[in-house]
Amino acid sequence: MGKVGILCSRIRVEEKLLITELQKRGVDFDIIDDREIIFDIQNNGWRYDVVLERCINHSRALFALLLLRDWGIPTVNTYQVAENCGNKLLTTSALVRAGIPTPRTMVAFTPESALEAIETMGYPVVLKPGVGSWGRLLSKINDREAAETVLEHKQVLGSYHHSIYYIQEYVHKPDRDIRAFVIGDETIAAIYRTSPHWITNTARGGVATKCPVTPELNELCLKAAAAIGGGVVALDIFEDEHRGLLVNEINYTMEFRNSIDTTGVNIPAKVIDYTLQVAAA
Amino acid sequence: MFAECPECAAEIPLAIDAIVHEIIVCPDCGTELEVINLDPPAVDYAPQEEEDWGE
Repeated sequence: MGKVGILCSRIRVEEKLLITELQKRGVDFDIIDDREIIFDIQNNGWRYDVVLERCINHSRALFALLLLRDWGIPTVNTYQVAENCGNKLLTTSALVRAGIPTPRTMVAFTPESALEAIETMGYPVVLKPGVGSWGRLLSKINDREAAETVLEHKQVLGSYHHSIYYIQEYVHKPDRDIRAFVIGDETIAAIYRTSPHWITNTARGGVATKCPVTPELNELCLKAAAAIGGGVVALDIFEDEHRGLLVNEINYTMEFRNSIDTTGVNIPAKVIDYTLQVAAA
Repeated sequence: MFAECPECAAEIPLAIDAIVHEIIVCPDCGTELEVINLDPPAVDYAPQEEEDWGE
C-alpha cells in the first residue's frame, strides 16, 4: 500500500473522519497543511502515491492540484475537476456542453449588459459570484430597482471577479433541493436539504433528510459528474415542476458530516476506498 | 489535557484523540479555535473565513 498525503487547510469533522479511515486501514499518510507548504516547482520533493485534496481555499486547492498533476502525482480530485467545479461559470459551461439539464444562465461583463440580461430573463433572478460557496453572496433579485442596486454594489465594492456577472433563473423549487454524492461510477447517497429560505445550504440552516437514489437521479448524477471530470463530487440538484431535475452546482471538496447518519452510508470510508484505488491504479 | 482559550482564558478540555490543526469551539465563549500543539496543549484563534472558502 502506497503513501497518502491529505492536503488540508484545517482539520474539520470531515478531515478527522477521513484520517480515522486511513488509520483503520493502517495506511501510511501525512497531513499536509496548505499554510506551510512550499512548491519548488523545478524540483519535485513530494513522494506520495496519491494526494487527497481537502483545502478549504479554492485557490490553494486549484494551484496545488495543478502542480501535483505536473509532477505526475495522482490526486483526488484532479486539477481539471477543481477548475470545472470551483467556478460556477465553468461548471455550467461543462454541463451544458454535455447536454445536462441546468437552470437557464446568462453571463455578462458590465452592469449595463447584466441589467439587460436580467430583464431579458425576467424576475426573479439569482446573481452569484463565480467563485464562492456555502450560499454566500447569493442575491435573489426581484425587480429592476434591486438589480440596479446590487449591480452597482458589485461594481464598486467587489473585486474584479464580481464584475463577471453570473445570472441564473430563479427556479421555483419546493422548499428543498437535493445534495447527491458521487464517488467514481456510483451515486453513493443523497439527501434533501429543506429550508423555508430560498437558500437551502446546510451551512445556512437547511435540514438534511434522506433522499432515495432513484435510477433517474443516479443516471443524471453520473452524467453530470463525468461532464466535469469525475472523481469524488457532491451535486446540488433542483426539482423543477415542469423540467424535472436540474443540476445547479457541483462541489469538489465535499462536506458530508450531516449526511452520514442521515443516509446510513459511511461516506468517508468510501472516499478513502476510492483514494486508495487511485493510488493503486 | 487542557488548553487556555486566548479569548476568554477558559480552561478547555482537549479530546483524547485531538490532533494538531483540529478546529474546536471554546465551550465558554464560543470562539472558534485551532489546536496548535498537543504537548503542551495549546490553541489559538482559527483562521478567519476568506472569500474563496468553500466546498
